[in-house]
Amino acid sequence: MNAPVYNFAYLDEQTKRMIRRAILKAIAIPGYQVPFASREMPMPYGWGTGGVQVTAAILGQGDTLKVIDQGSDDTTNAISIRKFFEKTANVKTTTVTSDATVIQTRHRIPETALNDNQVLVYQVPIPEPLRFLEPRETETRRMHALGEYGLMHVKLYEDIARHGHIATTYAYPVKVNERYVMDPSPTPKFDNPKMDDCEALQLFGAGREKRIYAIPPHTKVTSLDFEDHPFETYRFDAPCALCGSKTSYLDEVVVDDKGGRMFVCSDTDYCETRRADGHKGAGFGADHQVM
Amino acid sequence: MYVAVKGGERAIENAHRLLAHERRGDPAIPDISLGQISGQLTLAVDRVMTEGSLYDRELAALAIKQARGDMIEAIFLLRAFRATLPRFGATEPLDTANMQVRRRISSTFKDVPGGQILGPTFDYTHRLLDPSLTEGVTIPEPALGDVDEAPMPRVTDILGADGLIEPSPEADTDQPVGDLTRDPLSFPADRDLRLQNLARGDEGFLLALGYSTQRGFGRTHPFAGEIRFGEVEVEFVAEDAGFAVPLGSITLTECQMVNQFKGSDTQAPCFTRGYGLAFGQSERKTMSMALVDRSLRARELGEESRSPAQDEEFVMSHSDNVQATGFVEHLKLPHYVDFQSELGLLRKLRKEFEAAKGSDVSLAEAAE
Repeated sequence: MNAPVYNFAYLDEQTKRMIRRAILKAIAIPGYQVPFASREMPMPYGWGTGGVQVTAAILGQGDTLKVIDQGSDDTTNAISIRKFFEKTANVKTTTVTSDATVIQTRHRIPETALNDNQVLVYQVPIPEPLRFLEPRETETRRMHALGEYGLMHVKLYEDIARHGHIATTYAYPVKVNERYVMDPSPTPKFDNPKMDDCEALQLFGAGREKRIYAIPPHTKVTSLDFEDHPFETYRFDAPCALCGSKTSYLDEVVVDDKGGRMFVCSDTDYCETRRADGHKGAGFGADHQVM
Repeated sequence: MYVAVKGGERAIENAHRLLAHERRGDPAIPDISLGQISGQLTLAVDRVMTEGSLYDRELAALAIKQARGDMIEAIFLLRAFRATLPRFGATEPLDTANMQVRRRISSTFKDVPGGQILGPTFDYTHRLLDPSLTEGVTIPEPALGDVDEAPMPRVTDILGADGLIEPSPEADTDQPVGDLTRDPLSFPADRDLRLQNLARGDEGFLLALGYSTQRGFGRTHPFAGEIRFGEVEVEFVAEDAGFAVPLGSITLTECQMVNQFKGSDTQAPCFTRGYGLAFGQSERKTMSMALVDRSLRARELGEESRSPAQDEEFVMSHSDNVQATGFVEHLKLPHYVDFQSELGLLRKLRKEFEAAKGSDVSLAEAAE
């Protein structure tokens, strides 16, 4: 039998080179979706294969990797991807945002500001921001080439006409470097402002759709809006019940079957660091058992 | 009680341990061997090799065993392994006219040079469950006949000699062979990439699409010109040697559909081709593939294109079951961050709705 042998970080060097070329092109044209010959990975499409390929292509032996899903290091898929790189690349891993050099994420941007020594790798399910307005790739590529984004503005306008506000709460479209409209992946729009003028390099990998795109450090990223209806992030009514943060994105946790709810930071590292620093929320240590 | 998602790591390990246990089943029953799978579940192995795009019976059998018989999971396992293999180059085009034929039928001619050879087939069996298979029965030796050494020309070549069917496009040896596993797909796609996509495509998806063309959604008036199954030599031009060296033979099924074509301003009416090829004995797959291949040529032949099977972007973007199953099943992953923002929005919209209803009522009351 042909016994399988795998390279550092799983992918063979030829494949990594191909992915790195796509990444370089993506960095050179911020927000532009670069087609790349995505490989079958040993995890299913839609479970982070794009992010995993980008991470595998940029990971070096000296890197420290952090993987989050829904803001947390302990969600099952984040664990699975972190273990994959522990096994195939034997790199150091961490849950502390500031200690990581490469952070792979699904659905969140860490609350802690990123620095110029870090790369944030996003897992992207549908890279095309215009996809739900126009299903054909041939059409959407043309629209991007011509900078023809009227359809998107009409959609946002229709939201305002119907609801009085833009009813898109996540995967909220942004314009990168005043040229390409880009899908930020399904992060809540709460996170959109963090992409603007970010010190870290942001890379986006969509495995099934075979696209890579990037936001180089200190690039202007604006969320689409109108002068009379400026972009607004979602505000929570209460602070985090565990660490008392009033500025973080919160998850709603159902605590009983009588309608009881508590709101806690979705970014677990941020919340834990704050608690270690002595911050306390109203629900901490009370009648809630915290694990 | 607030139970965070901690402890996931141990849960995963335990789940996989349980999976291994379930896969083994009752330990009192002997473990199934790879030889049994590849020798007795032959057609399952053929399908996994075809859609997994890797001709290796042993690895395909291993994948089926590991996947507990889940075909798409087995295809996925094989694909993920294949993706890591080095690529030395492309073989010479296979010459299926020189196939060592084990089965060959044509539905367009009663008899053809080389004859109709039924070979091992479910066709014409009565689908009655056979209790004799539950315990080992001695199978009688197959009937033997004389081997006809004469070549067995392809039926489409016979039609081609009369000019009644469009010529099969000659391979342009200067052009590299397209490979959608190495280059990202873009549209419109050429026929080599379309055929590669269909060869890797899900049998069930192609079956349904092919069926839809028969029921009127992009009709192509097909005839099964020929289906042949057997062994074909694979040759590879080694740069160092400077000539083609045989690598061995592989088992293939080939289907050539013959379809009507009304002709156009520049072209006389003639028969056209739809092509299907798969590893092993995969007749349903190759027939479906040939139907869909022909349908996808609508643009090239200047035919009206209105049906799903004629839409290359629709077909090629959704034919791959490894991609499809991954994305459908990713809905099992947590989505609470997005769901949270939808919850917030929904509450806001409902509040606005209630407020608007309230003001409607007060307006109505004021009017009264």
